[in-house]
Amino acid sequence: MINKNNFLWNAIKLGLLGGTIGIFFSLVGMIEVFSKRDVIENVITLGDFMLLATAAISGFIATRSQTNSKTITTNLVTGTLAGLTTGGLLALFVWVGSQINLRAVFLNASPVLFDLLTYKKGANGAWLLLEYGALAGLIGSLLFGLPEKTRKPLTNTILFLFGMALFSGLFRVVMINQEGGAAKLAKFLFGQTGLTLSGAFIFFIIVAAFTSLWSGQSKKIQGSYARLPKKGQITVRVILIAVLAFIAIALPQISGPFIAQVIVVVCLYAMMGLGLNITLGFAGLLDLGFVAFFAVGAYTVGLLTSYGPFGLEHISFWAAVPIAVLASMLFGAILGLPVLGVRGDYLAIATLGFGEIIRLLAGSDFLAKYFGGPQGIIGIQKPCLGTLEQFVKIDVPRVCDGLEFAGPKEIYYLALASAILIAFIAWRLQSSRLGRAWMAIREDEDVAEALGINLIQTKLLAYVLGAAFAGLGGAIFTVLVGSIFASSMQLNVSINVVAIIIVGGMGSIPGVILGAIALIGLPELLREVSEFRYLLYGITLIIMMLAKPEGLWPSQTILRELKHNEIMPDTESPNIKA
Amino acid sequence: MMRTSFSERLTDWAVNGFLWGFRILIVLIVVIGTFLTISSGKYTNEQWIDFIVSGISQGSIYALIALGYTMVYGILRMINFAHGEIFMTGAFSGYFFATWLTSTGFMNTNPYIGLTFSIIFAMLISASIAMLVEKIAYRPLRGASRLVPLISAIGVSFFLQYAFRGFFGPGVYAYPSIDALDGDWNIFGIEILKVKIIVVVSAFLMMAILYYVVMFTKMGKAMRAVSENKDVASLMGIDVNRVIVTTFALGAAMAGAAGVLYALIFRQVSFYMGIVPGVKAFTAAVLGGIGNIPGAMVGGLVLGILESVGPALFLESIGIDRPYQLKDAIAYIMLVMILLFRPSGILGERVSKKA
Repeated sequence: MINKNNFLWNAIKLGLLGGTIGIFFSLVGMIEVFSKRDVIENVITLGDFMLLATAAISGFIATRSQTNSKTITTNLVTGTLAGLTTGGLLALFVWVGSQINLRAVFLNASPVLFDLLTYKKGANGAWLLLEYGALAGLIGSLLFGLPEKTRKPLTNTILFLFGMALFSGLFRVVMINQEGGAAKLAKFLFGQTGLTLSGAFIFFIIVAAFTSLWSGQSKKIQGSYARLPKKGQITVRVILIAVLAFIAIALPQISGPFIAQVIVVVCLYAMMGLGLNITLGFAGLLDLGFVAFFAVGAYTVGLLTSYGPFGLEHISFWAAVPIAVLASMLFGAILGLPVLGVRGDYLAIATLGFGEIIRLLAGSDFLAKYFGGPQGIIGIQKPCLGTLEQFVKIDVPRVCDGLEFAGPKEIYYLALASAILIAFIAWRLQSSRLGRAWMAIREDEDVAEALGINLIQTKLLAYVLGAAFAGLGGAIFTVLVGSIFASSMQLNVSINVVAIIIVGGMGSIPGVILGAIALIGLPELLREVSEFRYLLYGITLIIMMLAKPEGLWPSQTILRELKHNEIMPDTESPNIKA
Repeated sequence: MMRTSFSERLTDWAVNGFLWGFRILIVLIVVIGTFLTISSGKYTNEQWIDFIVSGISQGSIYALIALGYTMVYGILRMINFAHGEIFMTGAFSGYFFATWLTSTGFMNTNPYIGLTFSIIFAMLISASIAMLVEKIAYRPLRGASRLVPLISAIGVSFFLQYAFRGFFGPGVYAYPSIDALDGDWNIFGIEILKVKIIVVVSAFLMMAILYYVVMFTKMGKAMRAVSENKDVASLMGIDVNRVIVTTFALGAAMAGAAGVLYALIFRQVSFYMGIVPGVKAFTAAVLGGIGNIPGAMVGGLVLGILESVGPALFLESIGIDRPYQLKDAIAYIMLVMILLFRPSGILGERVSKKA
């Protein structure tokens, strides 16, 4: 006799959900890979942490959502029951795995996984799962029971420790490269595979102290900034900008080529994102083939500067970039013209088609004489500040007399400067006459036309300018990699750019940059778990859309529009006709 | 009289000139290419028939996938970007089921029953995954602005692809070969691969069932009503949520069946196999007129045949090396052409301009 409204039933349901998620993580192979890494060395591995966190979260949610009675006992019972169910489902999974050979279907249902789940204790381990699950659920419900003031710093600290553990390898390498005190500190804080116990302790204290002290301080600081006289405000700003600029300039020298490369890639995506933000964010034209413009920029620079067999002109990078940007703009116009009259989803799919056509043509044997086909264009001359020696012969790079932008550490400056330039242009465009015309078109084409906006010109300009930004990105990408292959112009790139804009906040320039950092930068940094990069990426996109569809840093206009749409949903729909 | 500036007239002129130039270019390529190829007599009649049969079998698979796109679009006006991945899940489930049947020996003694069972199994799995996806990732977003469900669908697509990569590894699985289905059948004096005939027949059977469901059952009637107007439909006592879930499930079942049929022809199953057929099927849906069920079927077949015949017929004789590499490009050029000449698709109404 189960009463469906019973809080126990609710706890069991959430526990089952948690258990399913745990089994999913196990079967996908995450637990096994993450068990090789530690949150705290010799204490808890990332894999264990994930499983315990699932149980604890289901305990927490079960406690929060139970409405029967909020006494301490029922809370604790609910949480424990949810955790116990999670552990129980996992134990059941282990039992099933010992009876049937799951590996015939699921690659990861290996003995190694079951050893991990049972802590190498065989059948007894399954009981351990139950115990740990119940414990974690109990912790979850206790966490709920804590007053807000203690809970927030505590959860923040746990999340922070988790993040530090994920990135510990990165920090360790960077700090050890510095030698001296930093290296010693690194060895003290970070172990080979995660935080050391002492490191975790120190971080715990620092973050807990910081978060509990910080609450409420940010308003005070804002207030005192507002009370400053105008001159003082400007000084504060100048100092802030100077500090940021100093960090930006010094960063690649301190952190080494890997981080510099990640930042370059983020900048490239931010540039593409800002470009698409004009077509999609401002003008509302969804383009799923945006990579085409990137490709045009990349191929133009490649063909004009390469010292390989496909090089046409052997000019310098600086001379090639304006040509590349112009070529992308021309392509923007050419691809924009035919689809001008097409609206909505049709536009998305038409542009997707164009993007694919460009990639297929560039990679085909038919045009291999010009674009290298599947072999691509190699031997692209790096940019050179100074004089570039004469072209000698094919496959011999030209010598640079001066500063050569050879690796990611140097190209970093180029990419960052270009991204800042583009962000500035986009920001100036946003509230210009043209920018307002775009937004009018986004809101309602017919009204915009009635107000005297020339749809064709304005839309074309959106395509052309967006394409220019992407073309510049492509140009820098070419010199970063030193070669171009048609296969790197995949549909995925276009999709990533759309996702950056939506996740960041449509039509919002800081949002786009934030989106590029979150969706491109973080996964690039976590190369060690790159196997699961796209899986987590997909989960993030779904959760973002469910929880915060307006984006991380929404623009005010879009925010208003979204709220408006909630009141008046779009009901018009085409029909299924048979 | 409308006052237009010189620059406006110039852009209008440029736009029209460009569009007409583009159309004329494509028509010229098609006409000259066809003429040259046919007059050169490079391919025999048998080869042409072979191309067309491959095209029909491939096209009927596209049509099956396109049905899911078109039905969901018709009801929710959303591009279900994850539909290609649903197709992939069908292929995988079919693969595991068929492997199991083969290992028990059932597949070789009763190939048709075995095949039917694996198709049904794949349809069930695909439909359940699609229903879950709808419940978790799409339903809460109904009524949000149109890009939001699209991005969520993109997320689902990544999620399904890489979850399957995690479950089953990054490799390519070879579909079990069924001896009874090897070889040719002789139809009207033409030798045709058995597999292709089976694929075409099963696909058409499936489409007929779907057509029956949509046109002649109560649920089908409800689906059409919901696609006409959700609010009014719900006032008439139709459970809109149930209808939407059924639509997803039906579309996914078709895609799952398509996955098994696809694997029968190409004998390969992998986690990324859904992307290209997914995009092609969407093209087919647009080609036929999106939201239109017979349109999706026609669009799929047209796309399949043109893709298969096109490289040899249009491209080879005008001096393009290895035209088969441009097979996919033909599909996309077709798409762009349709959007230019007849944006509503072959059987559709003119909706694209007001969408």
